[in-house]
Amino acid sequence: MRDAEKRDRGLLRVDVDECKGCGLCVEACPPKVIGMSERLNHYGYRTATYAGAGCTGCGICFMVCPEPGAITVLRIVHRNADEGHGVEPAIVGASECASN
Amino acid sequence: MSSEMASEYAVSHGKAKAFYERYERKEELQHQTHFCPGCGHGQVHKMLAKAIDELGIQNRTILVGPVGCGVFTYNYFDVGNISAAHGRAPAVATGVKRSRPESIVIGYQGDGDLAAIGSAEILHAANRGENITVIFVNNAIYSMTGGQSAPTTLLGQKTTTTPDGRHTATEGYPLHVSELLATLEAPVYIERVGLGDNKQIAQATRAVRRTVENQVRGLGFSMVEVLSPCPTIFKMTPVEAQRWVRDVMEKTFPLGVFRDRTKDAQPRQLPEAGPALEEIPRILGVDIEGLPEGNAHAMEHAAEELDLRVRVAGFGGQGVLLLGEVLAEAGLDAGLEVSWLPSYGPEIRSGTSNCHVRLARQPIDSPLVTQPTVLVAMNEPSLRKFHSSVRPGGWILYNGETFPSDCGREDVHVLAHSFTRVADELGDARAGNMVMLGALLEITAVLPEASIDAALRRLVKSPKWVALDERALARGRELYRESLQEVGHES
Amino acid sequence: MRKQLMKGNEAIVRSAILSGCRAFYGYPITPASEITETAALYMPRAGGVFLQAESEVAAINMLYGAASAGVRAMTSSSGPGISLMQEGISYMAGAELPCVIADITRGGPGLGNIAAEQGDYHQVVKGGGHGNYRTIVLAPHSVQEMADLTALAFELADRYRNPVVLLADGFIGQMMEPVEFPQTAIAPRQPEYAVTGTEETRGNLVTSLHLDIDDLEAHQGHLEAKYRRAEKCEVRAEEWRTDDAEIVLTGYGIMGRILKAVAAEARAGGLKVGVLRPITLYPFPKLHFKRLAERARVFVVVEMSNGQMLEDVRLALNGVRPVEFLSRVGGNVPSHEEVLGFVREQARRTLPAREPEEERMANV
Ligand SMILES: Cc1ncc(C[n+]2csc(CCOP(=O)(O)OP(=O)(O)O)c2C)c(N)n1
Ligand code: SF4
Ligand code: SF4
Ligand code: SF4
Ligand SMILES: [Mg+2]
Repeated sequence: MRDAEKRDRGLLRVDVDECKGCGLCVEACPPKVIGMSERLNHYGYRTATYAGAGCTGCGICFMVCPEPGAITVLRIVHRNADEGHGVEPAIVGASECASN
Repeated sequence: MSSEMASEYAVSHGKAKAFYERYERKEELQHQTHFCPGCGHGQVHKMLAKAIDELGIQNRTILVGPVGCGVFTYNYFDVGNISAAHGRAPAVATGVKRSRPESIVIGYQGDGDLAAIGSAEILHAANRGENITVIFVNNAIYSMTGGQSAPTTLLGQKTTTTPDGRHTATEGYPLHVSELLATLEAPVYIERVGLGDNKQIAQATRAVRRTVENQVRGLGFSMVEVLSPCPTIFKMTPVEAQRWVRDVMEKTFPLGVFRDRTKDAQPRQLPEAGPALEEIPRILGVDIEGLPEGNAHAMEHAAEELDLRVRVAGFGGQGVLLLGEVLAEAGLDAGLEVSWLPSYGPEIRSGTSNCHVRLARQPIDSPLVTQPTVLVAMNEPSLRKFHSSVRPGGWILYNGETFPSDCGREDVHVLAHSFTRVADELGDARAGNMVMLGALLEITAVLPEASIDAALRRLVKSPKWVALDERALARGRELYRESLQEVGHES
Repeated sequence: MRKQLMKGNEAIVRSAILSGCRAFYGYPITPASEITETAALYMPRAGGVFLQAESEVAAINMLYGAASAGVRAMTSSSGPGISLMQEGISYMAGAELPCVIADITRGGPGLGNIAAEQGDYHQVVKGGGHGNYRTIVLAPHSVQEMADLTALAFELADRYRNPVVLLADGFIGQMMEPVEFPQTAIAPRQPEYAVTGTEETRGNLVTSLHLDIDDLEAHQGHLEAKYRRAEKCEVRAEEWRTDDAEIVLTGYGIMGRILKAVAAEARAGGLKVGVLRPITLYPFPKLHFKRLAERARVFVVVEMSNGQMLEDVRLALNGVRPVEFLSRVGGNVPSHEEVLGFVREQARRTLPAREPEEERMANV
């Protein structure tokens, strides 16, 4: 576990069911933090996989991806702890999922 | 003062709201598009959905889909959807936008759809400056049908219908639609973008949004042409296909803005609401109040077998049609059944003009007068053409000093006179038709003068001409009566 | 009763606007051009859309757009242009979009000529476009019917969500006759399937695409059911003195009028002749023919085409009575005298010999 200051600016989530494994995101990602899975998904495609660290949240992978919802990019938001949550728990959950 | 900052993540790039959550209209795989991996269509779809989201126009948008790999736009976009025939999206979009100008109408087309079969529709929609947005996905090929050549296919490019590559000698050159449309005055925005790398994709995203935004602002015709990879037909990996767009396709189709008149373009005003329903009959000129009293001078006593068949013929400008119209209009006023049929088309172009008029007590079977009871021949060719068709016992009124002897018939009456000259003496040679009509009315003696009067006033607007025509009609009647006296003298 | 003299082509447009039509897309062609011209004048004044399209292909697809947007829309043309519209007509039938198309016929095939002919029967009545669909076809025979059937056409188009064709020949389009119009205009209504660019209509889709084979079969079943319903409810024909007719003359449009005059004269000569004039060509008045066949000995079809409606008459009668055929083409019209002679000839051949009757001369 890293502390808050060292967290990446961005986070990548890939919907493995929607990903068609075209690899465009892999090619497009500037810091090269996306790879392809060894495992095939339900439809037989290898799918994009986040390396787990280093995402800048630039969103390029999202725009090059031809599938509407295969990629979701999240960005860090800084909030005053007293003000409660600005982010829905579901999305936090998803981000954890995406980094798997 | 320092407070503890907590860090969390929030979505910055996620599925657009303009897309359906699930693609329920699809048969299967309802969370996936039908596009092949790495297809440019998918990227363009996302750009368009993003633009719709950002501009807040989801409820106003009507998407007109093509035939091609983009055919299923309606499966994905949660907007109003219409699917057009191959190439016809610009015409369909025109029909929608003209009637629903407050909606945002977006046509989505491939290069076969737009640049080949629909080339006329796109050209004219652009030239009319339709206030629509066109998303033109150019992948240099007919993808949906399996890779036949398109007008946009590159020179040398192999397709299933150019197996040896495209040759200029047989297939001509790649069609530059954006450049072509940019020669027109009306379009406000035309840009070509590519999907060849990250930078191009970012630019394409902006351009797609811009073309939609132009319409939201009411500026006019906007099109974005997107050079787009089709890995499947190119037989390349998605990454290779993307590179090909950038490294090869772009050489033939340079990127850039070919037209931008968005700064000068005046936002269009929505059309005013139409008139109230009650106004419509008056606007159309069919309201009863506006019409003359029917059967004003009804001829209750007119003979049951009354059946006047008139053929009027002459050259254009002699008032052939008007003569017939006055006769028919007077017949209507007199409560008779009437029909009036003009000759039309090339007959008119060749300079001749003729019409058929029938007045009868009984319903009229055919408006065609093949065997007239009265022929009004306003020149010699007309006489020659029709004299033999006149029914025995009928009349020929001929506009000429002397009746050509070879047109003579034993079994018909003839009144030959230079009616034009008579009219000239009255003030204008063009009233010759009314002199002839006067003679016809006197001969046939079936219509009350009041009906003729009423008809004349209805059809001839200028008081000066009404006065002249009245004199002409009277003179025509006289001419016939005078001719009777001459005959009387002779006999 | 106040009537006004008007061309059939002009009457169509006025009637259309009174019927709530607010969009006209067309391309000029003789002998239908006055329709486009009249629409250009009045459609904008009535708050509607007029546009001269770049082709009939574009015009019919503009109609497709207007109808998708829930607007009563119409176009007009003649044979060559109707040929080009067939694509769009098929799409509209498939997508269940209403529209009215006036076909003011001329001579064909190819460029033919501009004289009145009835050679468009097959392409209009049988559907010249692709796929299993029908268009409702109305055949006016007078300027008054041009107006009345235009109003009916819009009603039927909406009721069946299907293109309706007004099939008239050049004579009826070009001629002037007295006509009267209803004095109240119908308000344009927006159907529930329309795609209008609003939140309420956002989920609507207009398409003729049904990729799944069973889906398409079901869709066609639905279309067929509509056509069956139209065949039951919408058949229209005019009968003239058919109650005792031994010879039934049949023809549509301008021919129907000529046949009536011929029948009247034949009756004066002692022959029991009646006229059956189909007003709907699809649905075809089959039952009228069957019923008349109980008494009639022979049917005489007269067309300004090469035996197109003849086929439908034969199908309707299914061989129970002889069907004789008289035709003129190229723009010629079978004349009164010609038809009368033909009818007398058929009478001699088919009817039992009677006392020869004095043939009266036409009293003209
Ligand atoms: C009138 C007609 N002709 C031919 C076709 C067959 N067809 C369907 S899509 C298509 C070409 C599509 O090419 P393009 O517009 O470039 O779209 P793409 O699939 O490449 O995106 C053709 C010829 C058709 N549907 N309709
Ligand atoms: S958002 Fe940028 S950095 Fe992060 S994975 Fe995507 S492309 Fe790479
Ligand atoms: S671009 Fe999209 S579809 Fe392609 S591999 Fe990446 S996530 Fe999967
Ligand atoms: S064939 Fe080409 S254009 Fe069509 S879906 Fe596949 S990649 Fe896209
Ligand atoms: Mg293509």
